[in-house]
Amino acid sequence: MQKYSVFSLIKNAFSDHQNWEVAWKDPTPKKEYDVIIIGGGGHGLATAYYLAKEHNITNVAIIEKGWIGGGNVGRNTTIIRSNYMHDDNALFSEFGMDLWRKMSQDLNYNVMFSPRGIINLAHSDAQMNAYSRRGNSMRLNGIDAVLLNREEVQKRIPMADFSDNVRFPIFGGLMQPSAGTARHDAVAWGYARQADSMGVDIIQNCEVTGFDVNNGKIVGVRTSRGDIKAKKVGLCVAGSTNILAEMLNMTLPIETHLLQACVSEPVKPLLDHVVTFGAGHFYCSQSDKGEMVMGGDLDGYNSYSQRGNLPTLQHVLTEGIAMFPFLSKLKMLRTWGGIMDMSMDGSPIIDKTHIDGLYLNCGWCYGGFKATPASGWTFAHTIAQDRVHELNAGYSLNRFNTGDLIDEKGLGTKTWIS
Amino acid sequence: MLYIFCPHCGLRSQNEFAYGGDATVKRPELNKEISDQEWNNFVYLRKSPRGKHLELWHHISGCRQWIKVERDTSTHEIFKTYKADELTE
Repeated sequence: MQKYSVFSLIKNAFSDHQNWEVAWKDPTPKKEYDVIIIGGGGHGLATAYYLAKEHNITNVAIIEKGWIGGGNVGRNTTIIRSNYMHDDNALFSEFGMDLWRKMSQDLNYNVMFSPRGIINLAHSDAQMNAYSRRGNSMRLNGIDAVLLNREEVQKRIPMADFSDNVRFPIFGGLMQPSAGTARHDAVAWGYARQADSMGVDIIQNCEVTGFDVNNGKIVGVRTSRGDIKAKKVGLCVAGSTNILAEMLNMTLPIETHLLQACVSEPVKPLLDHVVTFGAGHFYCSQSDKGEMVMGGDLDGYNSYSQRGNLPTLQHVLTEGIAMFPFLSKLKMLRTWGGIMDMSMDGSPIIDKTHIDGLYLNCGWCYGGFKATPASGWTFAHTIAQDRVHELNAGYSLNRFNTGDLIDEKGLGTKTWIS
Repeated sequence: MLYIFCPHCGLRSQNEFAYGGDATVKRPELNKEISDQEWNNFVYLRKSPRGKHLELWHHISGCRQWIKVERDTSTHEIFKTYKADELTE
């Protein structure tokens, strides 16, 4: 594989950039693979990469209905963080933070990881207490957390509404300085290119239509491009999980919901951090192109439509304007939606299933992007070793049965409620 | 914007309603012995189909009645709405 560097860039400039190698091939499916990963999004591509890199399993296919990176990995607001309170989430995410820091070097692909820090705003004394507790929990797990008072927040984001007569005055905030953003498409493409170079077949425009299960063991998948045999199959299909589960006669603790995001027209650099509103659900950062990247609540009812509805967008942006009044002067450039696999406790599932050789990776709710490397790494381990790693042991499918929920937000089963 | 026909009030905009989730899950009968598995099925497991979905909505800024709505989860088309005590088998 061609190495990307400043020298290869200069060299290719002489030939008008016409002679770059393709980043990944377009193979026809083989008859049989050791492992098939269904879903060519961030998590699926990362899983294939770590299967090859960490476990030396290269007879792998990724099967994708559309094109790689066309789902949630290309639709999110690119936020990366590990500001969780519960141990299972905190340790898993912080392991992921390490992978993020090394990712551009590891993949020889600039994912533009930008650890610009995230600030969660607090709007009451009670919220400051809650953030103090969360920050302490984070620090006990080795994650950086700083509690900011009102003045310290004002120094960092002076454009927020610090006037006297606001409904939700800013009391302070909790900051994770090492959190940040990354170029989401580059993450998908970087993993795809490396996985491909190690022998993984990336098969696009190939829809799974069924599964072959024999005596409780998976033996293959049926696709729109023919039947393919496999010793092991991993599902990484986010919002489409329930569609595949139905083909397997499985009912899961997952509902599929729609989440919208939007960007404004580009403006000069003014926002250095990722900032979240504490009295509702709104988050905002500024892209390198200058657009304000924004998101918030789910639309709030089961949906597979991948396009949003105006009332929720209006509600979310009302919160945005309460936090950053200048947003009201900006024009909206784009809005879009993606479908989220909302689990019943708000935490993901990375586990084996009752079918031998079938593995499940789902339930990411609206936090899937930041988890991409850690999810791929632990899912690859779970598939290769046929047992969960201690990092994803808490993310079991059975926890709903045993009562070992990871209810980070305390929302109960209605994780879609806003 | 969804427009939902409330069987009590008529056609109203989505803004007046709160979503209440899958209307097909059945609470186990309390006068029987209930296994953990049955509770698990009731509390946590959801079919979440792509296509027709029978769901509960609460007309919270209207008559405050719970209603059932049959809606397509991929096109958002609403086929029919029912009072809460209809379709209980």
